[in-house]
Amino acid sequence: MNTKTLDHPELAERFNRDEERVDWHDQTLWWIRQKRDKAAHTLPEWEALREAASRIKLNVLDNLDEYLVQFEANALSNGIIVHWAADAAEHNQIVHKILIDNQVSQMVKSKSMLTEECHLNEYLGHHGIDVVDTDLGERIVQLAGEPPSHIVLPCIHKKKEEIGEIFHQHMGTPAGLSDPQMLAGLARTDLRERFLTRRVALTGVNFAIAETGEFVVCTNEGNADMGAHLADVHIASMGIEKIIPQRKHLGVFLRLLTRSATGQPITAYSSHFKRPRAGQTMHLILVDNGRSVHLGREDFRNSLKCIRCGACMNTCPVYRRSGGHSYHSAISGPIGAILAPNLDMKKHADLPFASTLCGSCSNVCPVKIDIHQQLYKWRQVITQEGEASAAKSASMQVMSTVLSNHWIYKFGGSIGRKFMQWFPGLVSNKLNPWYKHREMPTPPEQSFQEWYAQNRKNP
Amino acid sequence: MKVGLFIPCYVDQFYPGAAIATLELLEKLGVSVVFPAGQTCCGQPMANSGFEHLTHTVNEKFVKQFGGVDYVVSPSGSCVLHLKEHLHTNDRHEAEATILRSRIYELTEFLTDVLKIKQLNARFPHRVGLHQSCHGQRGLHISQMTELVAPPFSKPVHLLNLVDDLELINLDRPDECCGFGGTFCVVEEAVSSKMGKDRVADHLRNGAEYITSADMSCLMHLEGLLRRQKSETKVVHIAEILNSNVS
Amino acid sequence: MSSRDNILAAIGKTKRNDREPSPLPQIPTSDTFNDRLIERFSETLTGVGGQVVRVTDWLDIIQHIEQTYRQVSISPAHRIVTTLPELSAVAEVGWSGLSPHLLADADLAIIGAHFGVAENGAVWLTESLLGHRAAPFICQHLAVVLNASNIVPTMHDAYERIGDAEYGFGLFMAGPSKSADIEQSLVMGAHGPKTMTLFLMV
Repeated sequence: MNTKTLDHPELAERFNRDEERVDWHDQTLWWIRQKRDKAAHTLPEWEALREAASRIKLNVLDNLDEYLVQFEANALSNGIIVHWAADAAEHNQIVHKILIDNQVSQMVKSKSMLTEECHLNEYLGHHGIDVVDTDLGERIVQLAGEPPSHIVLPCIHKKKEEIGEIFHQHMGTPAGLSDPQMLAGLARTDLRERFLTRRVALTGVNFAIAETGEFVVCTNEGNADMGAHLADVHIASMGIEKIIPQRKHLGVFLRLLTRSATGQPITAYSSHFKRPRAGQTMHLILVDNGRSVHLGREDFRNSLKCIRCGACMNTCPVYRRSGGHSYHSAISGPIGAILAPNLDMKKHADLPFASTLCGSCSNVCPVKIDIHQQLYKWRQVITQEGEASAAKSASMQVMSTVLSNHWIYKFGGSIGRKFMQWFPGLVSNKLNPWYKHREMPTPPEQSFQEWYAQNRKNP
Repeated sequence: MKVGLFIPCYVDQFYPGAAIATLELLEKLGVSVVFPAGQTCCGQPMANSGFEHLTHTVNEKFVKQFGGVDYVVSPSGSCVLHLKEHLHTNDRHEAEATILRSRIYELTEFLTDVLKIKQLNARFPHRVGLHQSCHGQRGLHISQMTELVAPPFSKPVHLLNLVDDLELINLDRPDECCGFGGTFCVVEEAVSSKMGKDRVADHLRNGAEYITSADMSCLMHLEGLLRRQKSETKVVHIAEILNSNVS
Repeated sequence: MSSRDNILAAIGKTKRNDREPSPLPQIPTSDTFNDRLIERFSETLTGVGGQVVRVTDWLDIIQHIEQTYRQVSISPAHRIVTTLPELSAVAEVGWSGLSPHLLADADLAIIGAHFGVAENGAVWLTESLLGHRAAPFICQHLAVVLNASNIVPTMHDAYERIGDAEYGFGLFMAGPSKSADIEQSLVMGAHGPKTMTLFLMV
């Protein structure tokens, strides 16, 4: 494992060395943003729906313990075995124990960002368990030995020729394939064999209904269902914030989720699991892993409203031009940048700064998380906790002193401008990051304050 | 009506033309303008970098300088948004700060909402691309945002439509961020430059002779890129267009 | 203390009295989808890759299946399964007691649906209609029979109709299995059925 991880600016700079690829990545995601806009505009009540979704989720956050207890009781009476995991380690141990109890060393898994967050595959791998990710995009990055770069579109950073090469190396398919239809067909054949032979399937959870004890899993591929309905044991892992109060609230969330994510009116499959099928065992793991701590951070708790649609990533002009891996966290993009510091502030101190605070993310968020405001607030917290670099602190202290003292400011300003006029080479050089791609502003003869003193008199 | 003019630090130092145009335009429209002495900065560069706690002295000065005016007007959406959201002082002056926060206006919203300008004596015979600066648009709501399902409006467009012979061009991405972002422009130099490059390309592709905005900071960034590309296209603050003389 | 108790206690500690109250909201809707239900449903389902075939009776369906799946020269469907006794002339019935794995060679499965949703082209299915939960996923092609009078405008209407109905497994399904994971190129038949035909009984 990497001991020294590069930070966002460094990883983003690497991503930007291939400008054509940046353009391709940006345009692909922008196209999805446009599809989202089109889908949203089919519903005149869109903004009211967002507001309702936000309020339902706020109600959940304020009463989470009660809803969890209600959900647990109903799930148990439905015949679902319910587990509670305080952290990633406990979650992974629970999954491992279920596998051991069933004498199984192989498992299929559909998309679950929670298991990415818990590094489940790595953990099980160390214990000799073979996990096959069955979402096509996740399977591709799994074979490539990479984490997903996007929560909804895991291999959005890969080109079809690269995918052909990955299949060639890992699945023995002919070299040089790049037709998406053909590549998907090869994966289908390969994975079908695994669906038919694996006895344990793990899925994520999009929504869990307190009132009925059922949970809903949304996919386009049908891979969660192929796994769950053919396996003897179904394990579903969910973060505790995935609870919603009532079945009818699904109407609100299912209308918003996929329109926000991809611009589709709904996913191909929205599967409601209420009871195990005859002869099957169904486990559900409720995972905290820092969420109850997050819930206590007044300024940040409402990021737990997130339904993982990925719209904030598709719209983010920084994400589109830096790629998901530049966020070095299971969940990338703007939402990742406000969730990750809760788990490890030191490691993720760079992420809230990887934004221009343009606010587009907050506007597309279907549950109205004030993402860009939270990015700003995280910057303050990170700085106060001493995670900002010493150099930055010192320059900020200088800036604060200068800007607080008019005479220093005036003197420094005019000297600065003169200096730039006389010695442009000393400012316009490679050590100045501004100058790398941009000319410096041409310093004028006079500042406005100087002009004003000459041309106007205050009444 | 007494208006206090706030000229942000970088406009004062690098773009006095935008400040002069703002002052002259307000005077032309019959507003009595004062320019309190000793102005420096709104504190945003520090706050956005996570150092809001160092902005108290700047805030104190601001409250002292602008006490007693009816409105504060500034030709920078970003600085105005910062002051509206974060101008706080110690207990002694917090009441005045609260009043000030509600009376701070970005220039185009002041012209549209307070002065309710319906006509202008201005002419700018050029093809102009409007850059929607994010803080003005998504923060101050001077224009509708493409993400929302809501009726369109735009205060800067309303004003530009009052200018004779000005041709406003359409952009492929009407409200994408330019990537300036304050200290972001140096901390995340690669992404910032690429974002700006893409914005510039959109304007050039659609035939802009000038790129304008209600925010000079975005324009400073875009100008740096245009000049590096040796482009003929120029940046101009919206105040300079609205203040341009009919000749 | 168990993790359960720890988690619940930790959540309990985050409660505060000074927050704005957060009652559950009214659910907003509009009448956008209230008219032309059949047309809207058909257009939307077609838009997500489904194929809508209007029929008037079971004989129509049988004929369509004969023509489309049996009498084609290129890979004719060898195994057709159904849960609908009305279609036993063209499809195998009585397989629901066997292992779902035995459906792996099903070329076509034909099932009924409770109702459709105009705004998104989805149909609502529950376990009782499926024979096996795996049936609509494991087949190579899928056909669903829906009565045209059973279409509701929106998802809100859908959940109102479902109410507190009892099911072990329920599913909204809209079109065939699909993936756009490779360069956003839409591919039908990611893991589940490659086509989805909806017989709309009018």
